[in-house]
Amino acid sequence: MKSASFDYHRPATLDEAAGLAASLEDAKILAGGQSLVPMMNMRFVQPAHVIDINRVDELTRLEAANGSIRIGAMVRQSALMQSQLVARELPVMADALAHVGHFQTRNRGTIGGSLCHLDPAAELAAVAALYDARVTVRRGADSRVVPFAEWPLAYMTPSIAPDEIATGITFSPWPEKSGHAFVEFSRRHGDFAIVAVGALVQLDRGAAVARAALAVAGADQVVRRLPDVEAALVGQKAEPETFAEAARLAATMETMDDAHVSAAYRRRLVAVLAERALAAAAARAGGEA
Amino acid sequence: MSQARRVTLTVNGREHAAAVEPRLHLGDFLRLELGLTGTHLGCEHGVCGACTVLVDGRAVRSCLMLAVQADGARVTTIEGMAAADGALHPLQQAFHEHHGLQCGFCTPGMIMSLADYLERHPDADEAELREALSGNICRCTGYQAIVDAGLAAARAMRGEGG
Repeated sequence: MKSASFDYHRPATLDEAAGLAASLEDAKILAGGQSLVPMMNMRFVQPAHVIDINRVDELTRLEAANGSIRIGAMVRQSALMQSQLVARELPVMADALAHVGHFQTRNRGTIGGSLCHLDPAAELAAVAALYDARVTVRRGADSRVVPFAEWPLAYMTPSIAPDEIATGITFSPWPEKSGHAFVEFSRRHGDFAIVAVGALVQLDRGAAVARAALAVAGADQVVRRLPDVEAALVGQKAEPETFAEAARLAATMETMDDAHVSAAYRRRLVAVLAERALAAAAARAGGEA
Repeated sequence: MSQARRVTLTVNGREHAAAVEPRLHLGDFLRLELGLTGTHLGCEHGVCGACTVLVDGRAVRSCLMLAVQADGARVTTIEGMAAADGALHPLQQAFHEHHGLQCGFCTPGMIMSLADYLERHPDADEAELREALSGNICRCTGYQAIVDAGLAAARAMRGEGG
């Protein structure tokens, strides 16, 4: 359980970090290390170079700008949980983070690390999916922006090349009166979710659904939004039958088998958790859109 | 091959300078280089919590942080918890009084985790303490005595007595 040898690089600036990522062969970027270091200790990965971006202060900013919330890739999960800006503008984030590992791992783990590792059960990926967030990626001096819908390419494979570095993620908050919920099922607190569901719901004056977002982690190879369910909800009364029907539709999504849990069991969990998440989000939503 | 890097860090109030291989994690550095074997290594992949130490006041898994990353940091281990005169920290005292350990392997991690948590949540109730301890695994027995010790330590740290 000891990592293989590697060359260690500790850039002080983003320019330097991006330069290293673009020029070094077989390099891994070390963010919070709560996934990469276990994989290195188990020798699942044995990079020749490790680029430690923990001293790149430019990546730790968390700010509101032009109606958006921009979160640097190295903002730690514990900082997100404690941020009043995040609590006000992206209220589902803290609920989701309460399920991410344990407080000791959240003290190190970062949002950028989670999104680049892209575990299928990652709660932060579900939150990014809910808000249609945008990931900023740099190669050398050039930046590009990836809409989150295009971020997961395949199982644990984000849309980022080995010579690129994710620098931040931008969220567009929902209106103040929208409701949110994040629920998940795992065998023990802090374990990877078997299924996790996040929901955002906005109601109109007549207490019907004006807008909804539903994201499911853990059920399939990558985090999924459920646009069919969201579209079917719009215009429906925010009442138990509506959410039960939405849950039935949600449970038709593709789910995966693994050594512990069958695809059918995951579909069942999707239905139960989607119904709970939608009902809880609607209950928190204010009356006027 | 990777080159050793010079690091300087403060451990339990004492400054140490050393040359470390980049792949050496902080837990091994504390145990093998500094001889501070109170920090225990269980799983070495971040699951068991036995290796928890404070880095700049925050509880972290020392198996998931490289020693080279702790350059310039202030680290506290279980050896740094008792007072200079040997008086036990309220957490150590409470674990002793409430029999919050059997074999003791998980205990340093439990205490370091609670040290951070209770510093930030001095009024934590039992449910919150159980959640805070969910990242530390004890294989001897149940967690009841550990939770009792944590609650008693919280009272003592608030100045409420036993």
